[in-house]
Amino acid sequence: MDAALEIRDLRKTFRSPDGSVHVVVDLPALELARGEQVALRGGSGSGKTTLLHLIAGILVPDAGAVRVAGREMTAHSESARDRARAELIGYVFQTFNLLQGYSALENVALAMHLGRGADVERAKTLLARVGLGDRLHYRPRQLSVGQQQRVAVARALAGKPVLVLADEPTGNLDRVRADEALALIREICREHQAALLLVSHDEHVLGGFERVLDLAQLNRAYGSQFAGGQA
Amino acid sequence: MKSPRFGIALLVRRSLAQHAVSTAITALSLALAGGLVMALFQIQAQSRAAFTSGASSFDAVLGARGSQLQIVLNSVFHLETSPGNLNWAWYQKLSADPGVSFALPYALGDSYRGYRIVGTESKLFDEALAGEATLKLAEGRPFDDSLREIVVGSFAAEHSGLKLNSRVQPAHGLVDSDEHHDEEYVVVGIAAPTNTPNDRVLWMPIEGVFRMGGHVLRGAGDEYVAEADQDIPEESKEISALLLRFRNYQRGLELDQEINRGGTEATLAFPIARVMAELFDKLGWMNRVLTLVAYLTVLVGAASILASLYNTMNERRREFAILRALGARRRTLFAAILGESAAIGAIGGALGVLVQGCIVAVAASVVRRQTGVVIDPFAWHAALWAVPLLVVTLGALAGVWPAWSAYRTEVAEHLGPTS
Repeated sequence: MDAALEIRDLRKTFRSPDGSVHVVVDLPALELARGEQVALRGGSGSGKTTLLHLIAGILVPDAGAVRVAGREMTAHSESARDRARAELIGYVFQTFNLLQGYSALENVALAMHLGRGADVERAKTLLARVGLGDRLHYRPRQLSVGQQQRVAVARALAGKPVLVLADEPTGNLDRVRADEALALIREICREHQAALLLVSHDEHVLGGFERVLDLAQLNRAYGSQFAGGQA
Repeated sequence: MKSPRFGIALLVRRSLAQHAVSTAITALSLALAGGLVMALFQIQAQSRAAFTSGASSFDAVLGARGSQLQIVLNSVFHLETSPGNLNWAWYQKLSADPGVSFALPYALGDSYRGYRIVGTESKLFDEALAGEATLKLAEGRPFDDSLREIVVGSFAAEHSGLKLNSRVQPAHGLVDSDEHHDEEYVVVGIAAPTNTPNDRVLWMPIEGVFRMGGHVLRGAGDEYVAEADQDIPEESKEISALLLRFRNYQRGLELDQEINRGGTEATLAFPIARVMAELFDKLGWMNRVLTLVAYLTVLVGAASILASLYNTMNERRREFAILRALGARRRTLFAAILGESAAIGAIGGALGVLVQGCIVAVAASVVRRQTGVVIDPFAWHAALWAVPLLVVTLGALAGVWPAWSAYRTEVAEHLGPTS
């Protein structure tokens, strides 16, 4: 069986407005087995968001390969990447990025619709699993920050992803809630046999993982004074 | 399995609901504009139909030498003034004509509370003679040709409060004036509605008009004033118009030739429908200008869709980016915005049909009040589907630019704070 994630010689540069070119990601290799949970230590300027965008096919690298469950995430066709992202990847953002006009249930079901298809029962089960069975029809604004994060987690798992990407998922939560959220993400990924790649600069979060990688060592572009996180 | 509940339709519906106020305003402005266009088409078509074919069961009107339109307006629509009088001999001649199936004389000039009084003969109520032109009664009986009796049209009865046995004192002239004749007439019949200008008329014996105090007959050249208990000489009698039904169309053409081309005394308006159609043709340019203006307002409405959608694009970038990050394709977002603008167009088009109904209903009631002609506000017209279709299409077109803007949203730039 193909690995959950396989990265080879990945390279991404951005062009500054003044015309100079900066390498943001230069990553020789990274691999996650199916169901494996890996934490990446990376702070500001480590290129972590760019790396996650490359893995998710939101950005296209200048060189190198990203495969998720054997599928190329660097395909030339944008709609092929969109499809692969919807079918294979769940994404948990630091800022949750829930759709404000839609209920918790719709946020989850809409994400499923964009992938393999909406299954309302599964969406309800997932929301019940994250403890929001009685909040199905609440809008994000009507939920607490912790509850919003749990909707985001349920949404990430909704499309039966092979790989869940979590970008500083506890960054907006207090210590107690962060621990709860982290435990929930890890449990639910295990339950659904999804691999987890979590990026954080918080040692408390990183401490719980058996495999912790340091983006500063992994990404050869790190430390370059120009390496901004985002173009 | 894809559940359509969470497809583009949900995106469209939510977005419309989230921008409910601007959705409502734009849809309403489109509805008013579209409704106006439809109403113009509808009013034009319905009034033309009502004024050309529906207004009279007679084929032709004979009047004094003058404009055919004036003769028709005066004797069929009870508007305008009469161009003058005809000798009684015309009536005698044409009622004896084998090509004429029914000839009815009118003597006009008096009124009651603004409703015109037509002096005519009681054969108008006799179906064996008048055929389709028969005036049916809802109550009472026809007037007696030799008595001071009157039959009231349905609209006039309803609005003047005249009932059976009411007494009527005709006023001299066509407008409501203080100058009343001394004679009093008794209402003996109320006509059934005909949905024609005849509903606004009071009918009395033509003999009564001849004998009305103050009326002078000039049929014989000199002035003759009728006296009680004395027959009026035929040569002194005058009529304002003669309404005719022909046995066949051919006879109408012959008489048209004979009277209009060959004679100098009278004018035959035949067919009545043609005379009215010509009037509408003459006024057609006005209708085209109005319709053009209405179309422009539809365009303005479509432009307001563009403006209101385009204004929301920036605040929605993040939503688009999230949807893209979840796997939505660019063309899905494009379709959602296009669907949204088309939906606003559809709401506007549908409401427009209602607006059209209201405008036409008001117009119909004004026309009925002014002329007695009844326009059907619920009649079908091709504009009722063509204009909404146009509004939806323009709505969709107005969405192309905003949709393109949504299409171009770059996910990585709009996903929110990153590190």
